[in-house]
Formats: sequence, C-alpha cells, structure tokens
Amino acid sequence: MNLSTLLLIILAGSAVAYFIGYTRSQQIAKPIGGVRHLATLPTYYASMMTLWALIPALLLVFFWSVLDGAIIDSLVKSSLPQEAKRLSEENLGLIMSQVSNVASGIGSIDVLGQEYAPAVERLVSLTAISQRAMPLLAFCVLVLGALMGFRAVRATNNARYTVEKIFNVAIFVCSSIAIFTTFGIVFSVLFESIHFFQKVPFFDFLLGTHWSPQIAIRADQAGASGSFGVIPLIVGTLLISMIALSIAVPVGLMSAIYLSEYATSKTRSIVKPMLEILAGVPTVVYGFFAALTVAPAIRHYGDQLRVWGADNDITWLANLAVSSESALATGMVMGVMIIPFVSSLSDDVINAVPQSLRDGSYALGATQSETIKKVVFPAALPGIVGGVLLAASRAIGETMIVVMAAGLAANLTVNPLEAVTTVTVQIVTLLVGDQEFDSAKTLAAFALGLFLFVITLALNVIALKVVKKYREQYD
Amino acid sequence: MNKAQQSMAEIVKETYQTVGLPLLDDPKIRVRNANVFYADKQAIFDVNLDIGKNQVISMIGPSGCGKSTFLRCLNRMNDTIDICRVEGDLLLEDEDMYDKKIDVVELRARVGMVFQKPNPFPKSIYENVAYGARIHGLTDNKVQLDELVETSLIRCGLWKEVKDRLNEPATGLSGGQQQRLCIARAIAVNPEVILMDEPCSALDPIATATVEELIHELSENFTICIVTHSMQQAARVSQRTAYFHLGKLIEVNDTSQVFTNPEHQLTEAYITGRIG
Repeated sequence: MNLSTLLLIILAGSAVAYFIGYTRSQQIAKPIGGVRHLATLPTYYASMMTLWALIPALLLVFFWSVLDGAIIDSLVKSSLPQEAKRLSEENLGLIMSQVSNVASGIGSIDVLGQEYAPAVERLVSLTAISQRAMPLLAFCVLVLGALMGFRAVRATNNARYTVEKIFNVAIFVCSSIAIFTTFGIVFSVLFESIHFFQKVPFFDFLLGTHWSPQIAIRADQAGASGSFGVIPLIVGTLLISMIALSIAVPVGLMSAIYLSEYATSKTRSIVKPMLEILAGVPTVVYGFFAALTVAPAIRHYGDQLRVWGADNDITWLANLAVSSESALATGMVMGVMIIPFVSSLSDDVINAVPQSLRDGSYALGATQSETIKKVVFPAALPGIVGGVLLAASRAIGETMIVVMAAGLAANLTVNPLEAVTTVTVQIVTLLVGDQEFDSAKTLAAFALGLFLFVITLALNVIALKVVKKYREQYD
Repeated sequence: MNKAQQSMAEIVKETYQTVGLPLLDDPKIRVRNANVFYADKQAIFDVNLDIGKNQVISMIGPSGCGKSTFLRCLNRMNDTIDICRVEGDLLLEDEDMYDKKIDVVELRARVGMVFQKPNPFPKSIYENVAYGARIHGLTDNKVQLDELVETSLIRCGLWKEVKDRLNEPATGLSGGQQQRLCIARAIAVNPEVILMDEPCSALDPIATATVEELIHELSENFTICIVTHSMQQAARVSQRTAYFHLGKLIEVNDTSQVFTNPEHQLTEAYITGRIG
C-alpha cells in the first residue's frame, strides 16, 4: 500500500470519527435536556474526536517514514560479512547501495559475491515487513485514538478547550515554519562562509579591491590568481542601486503625490492598477529590455556624442567611451522596475496623513501645493523614507536584470557608462554549472550571500524602525 | 425617528419660515437663499442669515441638522469635498465669496477656521503659529515673525505655558493647549472672521472654560461663528443664536431670548431637551 492511499484512508477514518463524535454528543445531550446542557457545542466534540484519531496516526506515519530507512539500514549492516564491517565509511556506503540495488532487482548478486546474500535477503524481508506493518499499525492507532476521543465525549468535558489548544499549537507551528526556514538559510550560508574564511582571510575579502575568483586548477595555469576582494562588487552594486533609486524615488514619489492628492477618483482607479502592473512584469523581461533595448540605445547616443565632441574639439566628449553593458542602462531599467514599490508605499503613507491636517492648512489659506509641501509631505516623510529603504533593499538584491545587462567585469569604477558587476551577479556565476563544493571559488558565493543578507537585513531593520516611529506620531 | 421627532419634521415641512431676526444692518457676512447639496441630497434649505461685525453668533441644533455644513460654506471649505455643491448668495463685506474671480486662498486668509478636533501640524509650536504668516508673507524678517508668534500666543493665553518650549513638537501639548494653539494659528493670519466648529467638544471642562474665555476676548476684534452642541456654551459665549433643524434655519434671535423665550416651538423643544 503506498503512502497516499494510506493518508486517504486515515483522512476518511477521521471523517468517520467526526461523524461519530457529532452523533454521540447529540445522543448524550438528549436525555439531559438538549445541546445547551453540554459543556460545549457538538461540533467541538466532533472536532476533538477527529483530532484524537487523526494526529497520532499521522505522527506515526510521519516518523515511520522518516526513521524506517535508518533502522533497516542498521539491521542490514549487522548481517554483512565480517570483512565488510571493517571497511571505511565511504566503502561501506558503496556496499550498502549495491546491496539495496540487488534487493530491488537491479544487478545480480554475483557482482557482490555470495557472502552478501544474507544481507540482501534480510533487506528484502525487512522492507516487506515494514511496508505491511505500517498501514496496519497506523490503522490501529487511528481506531485507538478515535476510541480515546469517544470516551472523552462527555457532557461535563469541555472539548472546545482541547480543540482550541491544539489549534493554537497548529497555527504556532505554521508560523514558525517561516522563521525556522530563515534560520536554516542563515546557518547554511553561515557555515559555508566560515569554510570560505578559513581559506581566504576575512579582511582580504572585506577590504580587497580586486575580484577575480578563478583559481588555478593546475599549478602552472596562467591568469587565475584567485583574489576575493569584495569592494568592486559593492561599488558596482551601490552604483547601480543609486542610479535605480535616483530614478525610482522622484518618479515614484511624484506619481504617489499626484495619485493621492490631485487625481480624481476615476483617474486614480485607472492609473494606480496600471502602475502596479509594472511590479508584475517578470524581472527577466526587464532584463532583456535592459540588455537589448536600453543599453544599445545608450551606447548609440554615447557614440553620437563622441563623434560630435570630436568634430567640435571637445576633448572630454571625444574620449567618451560607453560600454555596451553599462551600469547606467541597468540602473535605469531597475529604477523603472522599483517605481511601483516607491509609489505604492508612498501613496499609502500620504493617504494615512489625516484629512484634518490638510483642512487645517487650507483653512489658513494655504494652496494645495503649499499644503502638500509643508504639511502632508513632512508628516508622511518617515513613512516615505521607510518605503524608499525597502525599495533600496530590493534594488540591492535584484539579480536578473543585472545578470542580463550589467555584465561580469568587476571594474572598480563609479563611471555609470562602464560595465560593472554586482554581488548577486557574481553569486550566480560562481554557482552556475558544474562546481566542486570545497573550492574557495564556490564557497565565495556563500560569503557573498551572507554579506548581501547582512546588508539587506540592516536596511530592512532601519526601514521598519523608521516606519514604526512614524506610526506613533499621531496618537 | 421617534414619534415626537416625526411630528416635528412635519412641522418643519409645513411652515418653513425663519422666525426671529435673521437680518441685520451692515453685517459682516450676508447669506441669502443658500442651498447646499451633497450629490443629490440637499443638506441646507434656503437659509437667509446675516452675521454681525465683531459679534459672536452660535449655531445650535440636533446632530445632522446642517450647522457644520453651513459653517464650512462660509470659507468655502466645502470645496474640498467633490460632491458638495453650494447655491445662493454668500457675501463677505458685499463681495460674493463664490464668485469665480475670488481667490479662495485669500478668502480663507480672511475667514479662518478652528476645527472640532485640535489638528496641530506635526511641527514645532513655533512653526505651527508661523505657518500662516509664512505662506502669506505677512512678515519681512525673523524679528517680526517672532513678534507675531509671541503676540498670537499671548492673545490665546498660551504664551506663558509654552514660551520655554517653542521648538518642541506641538503634538506634545495637551488637548486644550492644542486647541488654543490652533486658535493662535488662526489669528496669526489676522483674519476678519473666525469660524469654530465645535471647538470644545474634544476638551475637558477646565480647558473648555479657558477656550470660552478666549472666544469672549477675541470677539472684541473678530467676528466669530461657533457651532456647538452645548447650549450652555452658546448661552455663555454668544450674542446671537441660530437654531438649525434638518437643514433649515428655524430661528435666529438674541441669545438671551432664544434660551429664555424661544419664538418657535421647535427651538423650544430643542432647548428643553425634548428633541436632540
């Protein structure tokens, strides 16, 4: 019997338990004068009985599935021939996988040798037992649990208390999944980073100005220095983020002000969803828009400027060099991408400014633009800053556009017309393709990931602090 | 609506004619045949009323009777509500307030307003009072501005309490202080008329007494229209009282007469507490 059938049976069983619990509580209620003489409602008794039946059975299935492999393994190991037990960890694992192959009918026992036959037989029989025993046991547990639940259906027993307690535990488990996942990610990245920092000194990483992660595989290999200075990546990331923000913040803010203060409700109902469509465009689409449309256009205009500069003897223009993978193109497109973040968050905080403040300003004879500049905007400023910081952490973490449009050259430059690379791009290139997971090159990706995580976390914390401060202002 | 209210509504329908003395010689504000609509719903019906110079007039009436709506017509604050439409002649010193050529910004500088809930800007105390002067360019330098802030605060009796913390946020003041600050903010622009929409309803009795005293003092220099739910307050602060009922102006008379010898049976019903 496979797992899904078993789960279906368990669910069906608990549905039956629900029905029985409901009927039973009604039965109890009748002689004592109706449902209102029970400690709680029949649905709670029914739910309680369902949970009694369902939870132990599910737990059994879960732990059985997780543990039975390990238990069977250790039992099989004990029936291996003596010489196999003396083997090293890796070789033993190899033997075990061969045993399990033979047991499931792939390959013949002759490859292993007849002395392994008992182990194979043992594995076959144990697996068969496990497969038969689990459903049987699960069913027994289900029935037993239901019986326990049935006994708890009494007029004086407040089943609601039990049900709500279990429900509390369940929702707590759900909410902690996200938290534990975050911790899991942090720790996995952290441990790999520690491995990396055992190979590369921490300060070489943090303060180095040269990024060239190729490591020589042969001693005589040329052009593979393997230096891991993160500064060029940071500068590239910040450069692109700054360009993006310098587009997104003014445009987003102005559109938020227009939408919340000037637009008629009809215009607003059309324009706001349109703006939010921008947020729904996949970043990969922005990526090829940047790489195939914006970047060539910028280079084209840059070339024309250079020609014009050469004709008119303007030296600095004549020397203008525009890379086809420029930070400018990437930043501009990324800026367009985060406009909805800024505008939608700013719109919310501007709308949250009480109308009474606007009325107060109008009543003093202020015009609409004076009111916005001097009252609404300052009042909304902390919230707007929060929104901008969230947009900034989005820009720093953005990967797809930069991978496609910014290039891989780790130049340490602040010239937006040159190609730069970012932390995220390097993580992608370090991990794409076949990699050995113990070289400094691969581990560097984790260190970069940790670094990025710390930066965006800091930005988010600041953003939340600012937003929180703002919330306290009117109360 | 209960039975008493229903029959009152019928009285209004049948015999709508403002009783008392709604008209004055040489008034500050003259209102003729004012009708106000929210979309299709009419909120004010054919109101004729004169508001005298340097007088306090209070507007009373049950909730939803249109007294606040009427007040907001007097400095065109209703403009900020899209669906609101005002008809009729509303004249400030013989100038039509709703004339297309009138600059609403200038009008509101002449007719200031104080709101029900104190609404200081989230700025410093000083900046709150200086706000109007700054946007209208009333002062030429910092010294004049300082002076204006000081006199405005002194006139509102707030100076002693806040002179050492002018740069602290105004939101840190108590409710009564905030409301007096809002009045100081309004008079700093030196308006001719001050509209007050239930200025004391969010304040405790002591703060209310302070603000009432302030209104009394201000009436020497300003024309004041006050909407209030408290009949005692109307009796204490105003010379004339207007009683509104379901969007109609029922009675206007000297305050003492309204409260001792009302002409209209609806006014009497309201002040004796039978409707409200």
